[in-house]
Amino acid sequence: MNGLINRAIQCFLRDGWGAATWLDAARAAGVPARGFEPMLTYPPEVTERLLQVAADRLTRDRDCLLEDLGTYLVSHPSRAAVRRLLRFGGTDFPDFLQSLEDLPARARLALPDLVLPPLRVMALGEQRFVLQIGAGFPGAGAVARGLLRAMADDYGALALLEAGPEGAGGAAEVMIRLLDPAHAEGRSFTLGARE
Amino acid sequence: MTRRFDLERAALDRLMPMHLALDAGGGVLSAGSTLARLIPELGDEGARVGDLFALRHGAAVGAVGDLLAGEGRVHLQSRARPDMAFRGLAVPMGAGALINLSFGIGVVEAVGRFALTEADFAPTDLTVELLYLYEAKTAVLEELRAMNARLQGDKVVAEEQALTDALTGLRNRRGLDLAIEALGTSDFALVHLDLDRFKQVNDGLGHAAGDHVLVQVARILAEECRAGDTAARIGGDEFVLLLPGMRQADPALRRIARIIERLSEPIPYGTDTCRIGGSAGLVLARQAPEAAISVLFAHADAALYAAKRAGRGRALLWEPWMESG
Repeated sequence: MNGLINRAIQCFLRDGWGAATWLDAARAAGVPARGFEPMLTYPPEVTERLLQVAADRLTRDRDCLLEDLGTYLVSHPSRAAVRRLLRFGGTDFPDFLQSLEDLPARARLALPDLVLPPLRVMALGEQRFVLQIGAGFPGAGAVARGLLRAMADDYGALALLEAGPEGAGGAAEVMIRLLDPAHAEGRSFTLGARE
Repeated sequence: MTRRFDLERAALDRLMPMHLALDAGGGVLSAGSTLARLIPELGDEGARVGDLFALRHGAAVGAVGDLLAGEGRVHLQSRARPDMAFRGLAVPMGAGALINLSFGIGVVEAVGRFALTEADFAPTDLTVELLYLYEAKTAVLEELRAMNARLQGDKVVAEEQALTDALTGLRNRRGLDLAIEALGTSDFALVHLDLDRFKQVNDGLGHAAGDHVLVQVARILAEECRAGDTAARIGGDEFVLLLPGMRQADPALRRIARIIERLSEPIPYGTDTCRIGGSAGLVLARQAPEAAISVLFAHADAALYAAKRAGRGRALLWEPWMESG
């Protein structure tokens, strides 16, 4: 697993519940307390163990925790770069949804080591979409739900997200119903200036 | 046969939001919406390309023909804002010309300065992808920089915590302290050894020669050590030997004498020869039972000092009278 993903979980625990919670979870999961290095690769069990321990300690459902992780990635000030890079995907939320199929290729362009599961977006009819996530990352569906919810907010769109059927190895579907693409102002995004 | 196309101005603008259509006299027929936003004067009645733009290095645009020369590759800069520069391609259009401009590599800066948005670029233009990559690269670099800072910190700590002298591979002071702590016996000899004439090597042949000598000394010490012995370099040319199990002075002194003899052999360094020697002070733990290790070190020191005063190149066993000197 790319260290960037592990490090995101580390920062999520630290920013959300404090350094003590992160250290406690790290110890219990047998992860070095100083944390992960973003450009190194770690075995997938490490991520799995850390998530399980964190969910146990925080008495949260694992999927709930992962959904919050997805939201955190977009909305927390310390993750501003992730949000900006995602916003490059499109000028409005429907445009952004369509761009998700390019996301794994975009991620690879930035970081050849960062392998994301294949993504497919299909329109199911008027303002209804389904995001199909390929296998590879158990829990990717939950992360995607949290992330899409936060991105809808970011664009000022009103959207309803639901978990679809889950397949083997983390394959999942997210159902998206777009109620109003321009419900609110949304956060500003300029191409050049780093906000 | 030349085929002619009829293209609406609006369609042209969607394809090329930074185009410039000129008549035969260099008058502006049409300017793309992005370009017009950057240079509002393009929209003025009777605007002329030569008034608004200069060629590279400020050369004036004389006629439309100047733009079409060199296969139409042009560099234009705004006359009013010379830091606003464009790269473009000009093709003949009727008696005039059509030029498509772009920012070239300056696009990252231009986007920030002029608050351009995705709508300012044609969807076929890879500018937005370029900006995405630029930003991704910056984010990755920041992560790498932070990681390097962490690793650098680790390196400093690791060096502080190291037990080994980086140059010679012998134990360092810290490593020696640990070896003393781990001693399983109260019978041992402590030897403090200083090189003779080492300063001359360093001053005469340079530090590289000095380092070479130190490495050779370390090799000799390591070869003369038995299992369980510890050899440490605790200063520039200062060494300590910790020899567990040594109960008698004579065999210990014989071992040190043999080391000093080997140290006195010439050490070749390139075409030069380094000649050093060694002086040593020795103390047996049983000479000062119950004494703290710091006291034994002081005794070994005193014996070393006595050996130097007695003319160097020798090892002396500590005796109480040495302390007062």
